[in-house]
Amino acid sequence: MGAVIQTENLTRRYGRQVAVDGLTIEINEGEIFGFLGPNGAGKTTTILMLLGLTEPTSGWARVLGVDPARDPLQIKRQVGYLPENVGFYDDMTGRENLRFMARLNRLPEDKAGAKIEEALAAVGLNGEGDKLVGAYSRGMRQRLGIAELLIKDPKLLILDEPTLGLDPDGTVKMLDLIKSLSSGRRITVMLCSHQLEQVQRICTRVGIMIKGKLVALGTIEELAQRKLGSATGQNLEEIYMRYFKET
Amino acid sequence: MWTICRKELADHFSSIRFLILFCLILMVALVSTYMAATNIKEALEGMSKPSHVFLLLFTTPGKFFSLVQFIAFFGPLLGIIMGFDAINRERHHRTLGKLVSQPIYRDAVINGKFMAGVITVSITLISLMLLLTGMGLFTVGVVPGWEEVGRLAVYLVVSIAYVSFWLGLSILFSILFRSLATSALAAVALWIFFSFFMGFAADLAADALKPVKNPQDPEEIVENRRAADAVSLASPAVLYSRATSTILDPFRRTRSNLVLTGPMERLSLERFQNPLPLDQSILVVWPHLTLLAALTLVCFGVSYTVFMRQEIRTI
Repeated sequence: MGAVIQTENLTRRYGRQVAVDGLTIEINEGEIFGFLGPNGAGKTTTILMLLGLTEPTSGWARVLGVDPARDPLQIKRQVGYLPENVGFYDDMTGRENLRFMARLNRLPEDKAGAKIEEALAAVGLNGEGDKLVGAYSRGMRQRLGIAELLIKDPKLLILDEPTLGLDPDGTVKMLDLIKSLSSGRRITVMLCSHQLEQVQRICTRVGIMIKGKLVALGTIEELAQRKLGSATGQNLEEIYMRYFKET
Repeated sequence: MWTICRKELADHFSSIRFLILFCLILMVALVSTYMAATNIKEALEGMSKPSHVFLLLFTTPGKFFSLVQFIAFFGPLLGIIMGFDAINRERHHRTLGKLVSQPIYRDAVINGKFMAGVITVSITLISLMLLLTGMGLFTVGVVPGWEEVGRLAVYLVVSIAYVSFWLGLSILFSILFRSLATSALAAVALWIFFSFFMGFAADLAADALKPVKNPQDPEEIVENRRAADAVSLASPAVLYSRATSTILDPFRRTRSNLVLTGPMERLSLERFQNPLPLDQSILVVWPHLTLLAALTLVCFGVSYTVFMRQEIRTI
């Protein structure tokens, strides 16, 4: 199992403000990694640097063995990124949105059709593919967002708040979907979320970032052992609050 | 880039605002050309050997204005409605972030949008021209000569470049301003200023630079007019209307107004009443054409750089 994401002293400054401060992290293949932290902690900036959408001020990163600052296209071909509150072209149907994404990813037209059906089936939207996206519910939009990522057969998924604003049933379905993608297709997942309960349910390892610095990294048991003194039966929220108060 | 271009094209042709504007332009164009055609037909009766009749179809005002004037006024609007929300609509719907995280270069987004706009404009203007030509053939019954066709073709190219200038400008505004309304209003304001108020502004500037102290003194008046002329050339609308009126009127061989022509030039104007060949007409307005093309390129170039350098967070 090789490292899918590897960073060394990754730093990004905006003027005087340090958004990401010396981040060193390694995420391995097949993991579901929970990336936690308060708003404005630098999670999104980190993701943008991993995708090559922003250049680091210093330090380096490797995603799937490629330097995002050098060859962002190579990375974007293999990494699916679902931004927070993802948007769609509301005047197109779900299928048309997917087809547009397939074209942007340069999928040959004859293969794209099958891929689109497969992606829709994977997220359980095959019945709604021909409805205008403007008429989709929030849960359907999130699932369509995942379907868009699946079209390119990603090796790594970066999901930013995929369950935000979903009802309990939708949340459970979304988490199950992420889990099945990870176990069934061996896709590595990096999950950013504030919903710690959900993170605890599906993530194999978590990292906590506060004010640009990574303050904790490990499995939930390890962190619990470190902060609360006992490894089992602990709640991630409690651990998180401990870290938060200390910094 | 072609994927984005294709999608944008589909969007343009199915968007209601484009259809409305197209129908409006088509209607006005048909009516004004028809009126011009009937006028010409009446005027032609009794003339033995008319020349360049076909061009008159587009340049003579029917009751209100000629087709060329109409396009000069409304063309910019066509560019503006296709460009003013190009980038900030994507921002609004939160699709821009998604778009740039696909395996495409960032400039493909803006190039594709600009290309789609230019193609739409070309299709609109060319089809409009062909329709009107067909109608003109029926009503006037005069077949255009090769030179007239050539002039119309040059006119079309210049018009497309002119509308593209406004397209580039409104795309620039759509990058600079977050709100759809702001960018639309900014573009429209500039359009109104350049097309309607530039004359006044040029007069004001000329009066400030070269005031006419003695209204009897022709030297001073000429100086004043020359200054006004120079200032008004800053407006792409003026550049465009001068260029096209010269191209479509073979009898016109100067681009400055009559007060400014020197004695020799005036003499030659009066002596030689033969029409200019097409290449000579083009030569007369060559500076205008290059300036117009340069403005379009500068406009798109600025939008391109601004878009490429923008921090992605703000997207």
